[in-house]
Amino acid sequence: MTIPANCRPSQGDAPAFPVTTLPARGGVGLKPEHFREILDTAPDVGFFEVHAENYMVDGGPFHYYLGRIRQRHPISIHGVGLSIGGEEPLDAAHLDRLAALLARYQPESFSEHLAWASHGGVYLNDLLPAPYHVGTLARVCAHIDHVQERLQRRMLLENPATYVEFAASTMAETDFIGEVVRRTGCGLLLDVNNVHVASVNHNRDPRAYIRALPLKAVGQIHLAGFARDIDAAGDPLLIDSHDAPVAQVVWDLYAFALDLLGPLPTLIERDGDIPVFPVLLAEAQRADRIMRQQLAATAPAEACA
Amino acid sequence: MSAQRHFAEAVLAAEPLCPPGLMAWNGSDPARRFAVYRNNVMVSLIDALADSYPVTQDLVGEEFFRAMARLFVRTHPPRSPVLALYGAGLAEFIEGFAPAAVLPYLADVARLEMLRVQAWHAADAAPLGLADFAALLENAPALAATGFDLHPSLAVLRSAHAVVSLWAAHQAQDGTPDLTAVDPALPESALVLRIGLDVEIRRIPCATAQFILHLQQGLAFGAAAQFALDAEPAFDLPAVLGMLICGGAIINLCQPRREPA
Repeated sequence: MTIPANCRPSQGDAPAFPVTTLPARGGVGLKPEHFREILDTAPDVGFFEVHAENYMVDGGPFHYYLGRIRQRHPISIHGVGLSIGGEEPLDAAHLDRLAALLARYQPESFSEHLAWASHGGVYLNDLLPAPYHVGTLARVCAHIDHVQERLQRRMLLENPATYVEFAASTMAETDFIGEVVRRTGCGLLLDVNNVHVASVNHNRDPRAYIRALPLKAVGQIHLAGFARDIDAAGDPLLIDSHDAPVAQVVWDLYAFALDLLGPLPTLIERDGDIPVFPVLLAEAQRADRIMRQQLAATAPAEACA
Repeated sequence: MSAQRHFAEAVLAAEPLCPPGLMAWNGSDPARRFAVYRNNVMVSLIDALADSYPVTQDLVGEEFFRAMARLFVRTHPPRSPVLALYGAGLAEFIEGFAPAAVLPYLADVARLEMLRVQAWHAADAAPLGLADFAALLENAPALAATGFDLHPSLAVLRSAHAVVSLWAAHQAQDGTPDLTAVDPALPESALVLRIGLDVEIRRIPCATAQFILHLQQGLAFGAAAQFALDAEPAFDLPAVLGMLICGGAIINLCQPRREPA
């Protein structure tokens, strides 16, 4: 039997923060287009996830609906604006807003990205890449320590989808993430679509990439759709666009990851070309089915008798 | 200059720059790959503006709006990761944007749309109870002397143009605005107020706009009413008070914060 990742003690020398857990089921990104329907129908879904920054407003419909939906469903709050990979100190006012949001909604999970988005007081609204070397490692670890101290909880860090690499990098991304997890005690949000996108973009083996991650730290999985482009040499360049259904190749990679990890809370992310809610619910149920099949396949023989 | 400063400047640059130190596994020109970041940043921020300013976009057309928004993003990038209220300076930008000068009302329509977004996300506040009003309405001196705290979502816009009529004409369900009855050169005032979960935009007479602005600025009820009656003898005080009470716009009684000038 697999122990839920969030219940495992942290592996490094870092202090352990209290953690709560999302159910090991399919979840759906909460979109304002679906607020009313979700309240009216109370769908059987593992959890809902929201982007923290969208709810950093004083009042109005966003808080009205999230407050009511939260009463019925587990939720995950996913930040996109902390700029954990940034060269500059964290934005203390933003961290305060985040602490207030987490205090208000008490989410089962909080996650952020291995990326940066702010520099010189300007917010660029994208998840930008950083080189993997000791300087970035020290900064990222200091920022995660700061976040976990301020929020008094363990955060999950998401592996990035990137389009370029840096000449200044001295470490593999998986080694970098492993060292961050070991030093800070943070968990890992394994974005399987990001693994596929980045593996195509950088000509890596996605299965070897997943095996090289600190898998004991994985507390949640993300699945999403991508778009296709090409680079200057005509090689495929995939874009982490979140505007399409999860691709078959990503479902296959998800099943591979589950064989290593066991069932985990799995989010269907959709941020563009938003379909009607049942379409997203069906993708979450597909994740549920894959988790059940994987459990059945790995159950001890006597349990099947 | 730091690596991230190079990167950030190249993301927002008008010309397709590529910061130093980038590479690709196949040795291809990293500028093509870096352009994905440039595109993500610019398109997502232009989309955010288009979401907040749908009527402004309708009035100038999508192509014009997106070209204007691109310039705005370059010169006024977000200063916060909270994008709900991003673009509050677009109306001022439009006032200085020569190609938009042929539509003199465009800036005020943008102003109205941003007030609507701000009202949408403004703090929640329970209206003053009807029992409190009933007691107050029986005591004329007390009513005249009190100030009102108004709902955080409430805003008034006074314009030299027909902003409410222009905005309302673009709310047609079939998406084809009927502008035949709108004279853009007629001055109009707007009341913006969130009622329940919806933001309402109403055209109000000039004296009503002045009255509500005076209340919002902390003048006593009696003094604000007197200003409105002096400006417009037909000012219908009971109707305006009824509208504010029914809309939940009055959330508290307070000491006046200002004397009549």
